[in-house]
Amino acid sequence: MQLFNELKTLGQQHIKADKKAGERVPSGLWIACPKCHQSLYHKDLGTYQVCPNCEYGFRITARERLAWLVDDFKELDADMKTTDPLNFPDYNKKLEKSRRNTGLNDSILTGIAKIQTEEFALGIMDPNFIMGSMGTVTGEKITHLFEDALKKRLPVILFTASGGARMQEGIFSLMQMAKISAAVRRHSNEGLLYITVLTDPTTGGVTASFAMQGDIILAEPRVLIGFAGKRVIEQTIHQKVPNNLQDAETVLERGFIDAIVQRRDLKQKLEWLLESHSKGGLVNG
Amino acid sequence: MVNILDRKKTAAQIVAGARNQEKMSAYELINGIFENFFELHGDRLSGDDAAIVGGIATLADKSVTVIATNKGESAQERMLTHFGCPQPSGYRKALRLIRQAEKFGRPVFIFVNTAGAYPGKSAEESGQGEALARNLLEISEVKVPIISVIYGEGGSGGALALACGDSVWMVENSMYSVLSPEGFAAILWKDSKRADEAAEVMQLTPEKLLAQKVIEGIIPESHSHKRVCRAIKKTIEQEMKELMSLSPNELLVKRYERFRKF
Repeated sequence: MQLFNELKTLGQQHIKADKKAGERVPSGLWIACPKCHQSLYHKDLGTYQVCPNCEYGFRITARERLAWLVDDFKELDADMKTTDPLNFPDYNKKLEKSRRNTGLNDSILTGIAKIQTEEFALGIMDPNFIMGSMGTVTGEKITHLFEDALKKRLPVILFTASGGARMQEGIFSLMQMAKISAAVRRHSNEGLLYITVLTDPTTGGVTASFAMQGDIILAEPRVLIGFAGKRVIEQTIHQKVPNNLQDAETVLERGFIDAIVQRRDLKQKLEWLLESHSKGGLVNG
Repeated sequence: MVNILDRKKTAAQIVAGARNQEKMSAYELINGIFENFFELHGDRLSGDDAAIVGGIATLADKSVTVIATNKGESAQERMLTHFGCPQPSGYRKALRLIRQAEKFGRPVFIFVNTAGAYPGKSAEESGQGEALARNLLEISEVKVPIISVIYGEGGSGGALALACGDSVWMVENSMYSVLSPEGFAAILWKDSKRADEAAEVMQLTPEKLLAQKVIEGIIPESHSHKRVCRAIKKTIEQEMKELMSLSPNELLVKRYERFRKF
């Protein structure tokens, strides 16, 4: 201490904490990957918002995904809004917040899209809209998309991301599962292609309906896919479940998905799948 | 009318009634309504789930297919059926029997009393979500009448996968909801003790569901199991007659519209 006191240049007054320093450091520059826990500089995630360490695709909004996925897009049912059938307390407040964050009126974006020359009906669920939960509007937009695709004889591609049924719309959310499934079946009966891409997280009523009904089921690396949530399982049966039980990789091993595709490859792989199913399956025909 | 209002129950009382231990077991119900029940086992894929009972029986001199969720009677049975929560193999067994009914032109009757599809490690591993999804998909186009009766709990996708046919009835003390009131309160309010309050806002009682056209009607219930069986039998015989008079195409269009309206 003697030395510090004598040498004025290193005096305590010079190394006092700068109390305002914290405010000047921007937040959100460093992000921890929720899967491999690596700390990542935000710019390293790149256009596709993917962890460079483990390939996990971060949760992005439907419009962010749309930006790099398609070459052309006409939105459908953009103005459809829920009627709040249960008059649920504080539901409207929650909806407003989600609408601001996602630029959507409910948890899915639907429309007719093109990758190169391949035209298809596209739906992208947004995990940032009340956890991508499926309410009446979600169900109606998807059903309408399938009916529209059937009329126009187009394939359907759906990106799923959902915590399950929307609690605030109760039984009406549940009914959407059967409604959508019946529309999927009609579309399928006409020999039309349906591809699902499971993104983080795909669970509950969405897994138990249209997510698992694709002719081809793809998933992004390391995403969570399951029916009952981990906490629900543990609190119901009072047993620990392994951490990787509902990883895409485990679900693939168990035989429920066709392939895991990295985000940056999605556009090209989907284009190929669309092409190989059009014109009676004659590629280059 | 005044009478009914006088003894109107709260949603929490209906939930308690739906979960009452006095409810009939699957076998008692089946044998109380149908004749000549012949049980069939297995899903032809991975196993035989005790939580789903199914087979062939006779109703009004007609051969029919019967399926019921089963909670079991003894403690041991209840462990085996996970207290009436079916495994994926149970839903696959149900679908197999429904497809079989279609092949032979038999109407299908399904009795539902389940808190939901079993949430567990083994269920996830063998594809609980896929099993439910497949039922919804396939049942939407099965060309024979499918009539469901919820006679206790009707919990979530696990109940819907057995109640997505042409007509759904509920007995007086039963419930049908997107989730259990406890789970609902835990998710929304982070407090499962507010289940009674949740039951009220969820509108899960037969009366509310009938008003919303989620179900076709309510069957009166009493303490006498015999009388309940008779009431159910009368209702489903009538339903069968009406649905059997439709052509397969009319039946499927009607079934599509039944859910399309939501």
